[in-house]
Amino acid sequence: MNRGPYIIRRVLMLIPTLLAIYTLTFFLIHATPGSPWSQGDKPVPPRVLERLNAAYGLDKPLWHQYFDYLKNVLLHGDFGPSFSQRSRSVSDIIGATFPVSLKLGVLAMIIALVLGLTLGTIGAIKHNGFLDYLTSFVAITGISTPSYVICSLLVLLFASTLHLVPTGGWDGIFSTKAIIPAVALALYPAAVLTRYMRSSMLDVLSADYVRTARAKGLNDHAVIIRHAIRNALLPVLTISGVILADVITGSFFVESIYSVPGLGRYFVESISKRDYPVILGTVLLFGAVVSVMNLIVDILYPLLDPRMTRT
Amino acid sequence: MSAASSTVSTIAQDTPQLDRARKIEGPWRGAIARLVRNRLAVASAIFIVVIALMAIILPEVMPVKYDTQDYNAVTQGPSRAHLMGTDNLGRDIFVRLVYGARISLTVGLVVQAVIVLIGVPIGLVSGYIGGKLDTLIMRIVDVLYAMPNLLFVILIMTWLRGTFSSDPGGIAGALAWVDSRTGGLFGVYIGLGMISWLTVARIVRANAMSLKEKEFIEAARSLGVPHRQVMFRHVLPNTMAVVVVAATLGIPGAILYEAGLSFLGLGVIPPASSWGLMISEAIPNMRTHPYMLISPAVVLSLTVLAFNFLGDGLRDALDPWMKR
Repeated sequence: MNRGPYIIRRVLMLIPTLLAIYTLTFFLIHATPGSPWSQGDKPVPPRVLERLNAAYGLDKPLWHQYFDYLKNVLLHGDFGPSFSQRSRSVSDIIGATFPVSLKLGVLAMIIALVLGLTLGTIGAIKHNGFLDYLTSFVAITGISTPSYVICSLLVLLFASTLHLVPTGGWDGIFSTKAIIPAVALALYPAAVLTRYMRSSMLDVLSADYVRTARAKGLNDHAVIIRHAIRNALLPVLTISGVILADVITGSFFVESIYSVPGLGRYFVESISKRDYPVILGTVLLFGAVVSVMNLIVDILYPLLDPRMTRT
Repeated sequence: MSAASSTVSTIAQDTPQLDRARKIEGPWRGAIARLVRNRLAVASAIFIVVIALMAIILPEVMPVKYDTQDYNAVTQGPSRAHLMGTDNLGRDIFVRLVYGARISLTVGLVVQAVIVLIGVPIGLVSGYIGGKLDTLIMRIVDVLYAMPNLLFVILIMTWLRGTFSSDPGGIAGALAWVDSRTGGLFGVYIGLGMISWLTVARIVRANAMSLKEKEFIEAARSLGVPHRQVMFRHVLPNTMAVVVVAATLGIPGAILYEAGLSFLGLGVIPPASSWGLMISEAIPNMRTHPYMLISPAVVLSLTVLAFNFLGDGLRDALDPWMKR
């Protein structure tokens, strides 16, 4: 079966998707009243305002700005200068902060996968038993508690009271400073993965081939590890791509509580400061992360599960 | 098993009377019976009703308001005068929780209403009519799915809020009034609604597509019932169960979004109270006054938990055949 054309079409779909995201964001931020220059307490003199607008091309008609920015991004990979931090470009800011968010997100995702797959499997094996109820309860509590609550409770308990880890900061993922933000960020995806893994395992365990494996005398251990888990992982791994995108793009609560210098904090600031290039750069980057993850999932799924033909 | 047999008996009782109203009620009544047997869902429903009643009634009768400051009791732990203590401005935490419940429950309900109003018609038309229109709508949905949600909500919200405050007359002025009455959350309703209708639209579309092939639709069509009537009389009522479940399960998400936005300082406008805002105000003080953090965090989690349990229970009750 030749899947080439399908994959090419899906990859090409990225272009209109990102273009639509750019267009929506561009017109949304320019429709919002307020200017990047009227931020301080003192009003900016009209002549200075004029100069600033001219220097940053904000005096041109809107459609002109729309195509100028697009041209810069496409031809030069240049996302423009930041309006609020005049010495830095958007690429500098993203280059310095996005790797931090990315590393934190990937670390959290690894924790979430280990926790979620283990708890989900336990829940399914002990179906309707005490451990099943316990893991389900932990999972639904994890789904119901936002990361900023978990993060601040963890800081309160392990950093301020027990003094086991620092109360904030960032030194890379191999430092004790990474533990609290990563765990806080991991609990929600871990809970979601637990639920997926549990129901996927339950499906598989009631399948005929598992009964066959049991009937030919394999012990429980071999059946679960060699036959059940491998197949149960399929639907769970496909949802993981989407969850990873969520984790990477949703880390700014944890970043702001634990003073992690990630990208999320800049975004919130850039909106109130009307820092158009930073807003556009961040939204485009996060949009690309989300759509690439969706793409990878769509492409991988039929490869992992040959029964699944393209729809 | 018992659930299935009760459905059978309900149908058996209802069939002899060809009274139309009763027949429509049938499956819903069966579902309610199944829901009542789910203890966790019932407990959750009771919890939600209690919170809702407190949120509706207490602010009208309490002498203290969300921004009333008691300068003799600043950052005090729980006491008889202040059930859950006071915050660093001397405001009663219990009172602020009650006002916060108003915000959270309103957000949950209004956002779901927006989602249903947008998502159901679009999904219905897309699934029932199909063809090029369906392809177009689904492309748009795919593109919107790739928008980073939280960022998009913040952008829409900032835009709406800015537009209201810059133009005091006409429609914008009226909306600005609504906005200030809801503690600055009008933008949150619209923003959240605009990104969250996608899932409901997809669910309704899938449902409409499968219903379209059913015999009773064919029968209605061959009797000469026009498409529009088929859509609203036959397809729509049969998708309502799925919509109710999706809407209930969407409430906790909306509540968490509002809390998150208020936490970031982008939601309700202080001194109005919101659970997310209370949590963020408590964090600088949490080392010395942990109770300031604990009560809003616990109430927020419990409420979200209750809606999740209720939604799960509803899904199981309305969908007995799909239940594992």
